[in-house]
Amino acid sequence: MATLDRSDALFRYLLRLGDTALVLGHRLSEWCGHGPVLEEDIALANVALDLTGQANELLTYAAEVEGRGRDADALAFLRDGFDFRNLLLAEQPNGDFGRTMVRQLLFDAHDLELQAALQGSTDSRLAAIAGKAVKEAAYHFKHSADWVIRLGDGTDESHARVAAALDALWPYTGEMFQSDDAHAALQAAGIAPDLQALRLRWRARIDAVLAEATLAAPAEGWMQAGGIAGRHSEHLGHLLATMQFLQRAYPGARW
Amino acid sequence: MYTQGLNIAAGDKTIPIEAAAGPEAKRFQERVDREEKIEPKDWMPEGYRKTLVRQISQHAHSEVVGMLPEGNWITRAPTLRRKMVLLAKVQDEGGHGLYLYSAAETLGVSRAELIDQLLSGKAKYSSIFNYPTTSWADIGAIGWLVDGAAIMNQVALCRCSYGPYARAMVRICKEESFHQRQGYEIMIALARGTSAQRRMAQDALDRWWWPSLMMFGPSDKESLHSAQSMRWKIKRQSNDELRQRFIDVTVPQAEFIGLKVPDPALSWNAARGSYDFGAIDWTEFNEVLAGNGPCNRERLAARRKAHEDGAWVRAAALAHAEKARARAMKKAG
Repeated sequence: MATLDRSDALFRYLLRLGDTALVLGHRLSEWCGHGPVLEEDIALANVALDLTGQANELLTYAAEVEGRGRDADALAFLRDGFDFRNLLLAEQPNGDFGRTMVRQLLFDAHDLELQAALQGSTDSRLAAIAGKAVKEAAYHFKHSADWVIRLGDGTDESHARVAAALDALWPYTGEMFQSDDAHAALQAAGIAPDLQALRLRWRARIDAVLAEATLAAPAEGWMQAGGIAGRHSEHLGHLLATMQFLQRAYPGARW
Repeated sequence: MYTQGLNIAAGDKTIPIEAAAGPEAKRFQERVDREEKIEPKDWMPEGYRKTLVRQISQHAHSEVVGMLPEGNWITRAPTLRRKMVLLAKVQDEGGHGLYLYSAAETLGVSRAELIDQLLSGKAKYSSIFNYPTTSWADIGAIGWLVDGAAIMNQVALCRCSYGPYARAMVRICKEESFHQRQGYEIMIALARGTSAQRRMAQDALDRWWWPSLMMFGPSDKESLHSAQSMRWKIKRQSNDELRQRFIDVTVPQAEFIGLKVPDPALSWNAARGSYDFGAIDWTEFNEVLAGNGPCNRERLAARRKAHEDGAWVRAAALAHAEKARARAMKKAG
């Protein structure tokens, strides 16, 4: 892409990754103290912490690439929704525990494959961040897969709940494998992975989990899109209003 | 985060005040006096077991309920670093709850029974968590004052005569000590910040100071079971001693960052080498303990809702485990 230079493309891609981790981490942190068992309060906080840590590293790098004197906090707390490039899946509300676990499974299976691929990125900083994230993604995937299996194969009620969640969230999975000009430029440079190959590996993981959970994957249909281009659902604005409250209410204060 | 005050103030009449009678009781007391740890399978007086179950479970409940006021600010933490630190902290509190429920289970009660007691309102938890967290500075104040007060007691509990509790406390104390420093660091940043931030910090100190002092429980004169707990080395120092030590350590920390402790009677007593301080409003303490604090109803309602909303999840996990077991047996058989 002649019109998009390498650092603009990298900045946008880092926001796509970093904002997704930030927003999903935020959603999971909303569970704190309200989980179905104490072990899950701990586990959900732990996954939220990993994702927030990844967001911090990715947004720190994004701010450096941008080179306009912003830092990770400025990116997280002082941008409006249309500048966020997270996946729509990440901003979807928690719903019940089953819905949260289905959202997490759909994301984790992709994140595990994505981070594994990014370890081989020609961008050494991104490869290093992925080297740590891939270990976290592996146990996040195990955790969400175990729960979707338990709930799918559990009682009639739990099966119905996760089946409904799967139907509701499936249309948000297409965006994970959607390229744009930034991604295409970085893929050509060996920085970002081939998303179609990633999609096949994601699908194999999801199919294996759903089979064990006695759940069927929804039929392929219309996929929602827009998050990576800054077009979001109504949910993101409320999430940001909460997350950014102190930075907005006390401009310039140090915390 | 918990201090010893609560268990005594609760005045549980089901716990007998026991004299060391009989050869087993005598041997038990001798072991305690020699600083030997009592382990789950050892003989112990019924009052000792009951006191420990009550204290350890109250401590566990306090950790779990304590996740709520702090969790209230995770989604609004002002920077990524503060958000990560707070998430890690609240996760630690959940972990403390788990070790403590496990320690209580060594005494022959189940976690499910203990949680039922919490949800039914029968069991107590530290009344400090019945106060609201209305600003970010409250997260600093809780770490600094509430965890600070808890550490005073918990360091002593590391030497508690009951082995599983003492060992759980060693790890918990290390983490609480981090939490206390993290809380104070939040207060430092606010105190050195803008005038609005300083106001936020002072307001938090004004609201949390007296409830923090109440965490140590009633004065020694009022403590029903204190003497017995001291003799059994469940408790190593009196409420008043620990409260005084907390005040002596904390007042200079407030002064260092330019905050004013909200006690007009506070003054250094050179003869005692300690601070004199004003009278504590025990009416407020008793009312909060009786269920009339600003957030008692919300806290219990939040715990009950989490438990009820999670019922189908727990049922599904059990159903799946049974199906998996049946499939494995069929395959083997």
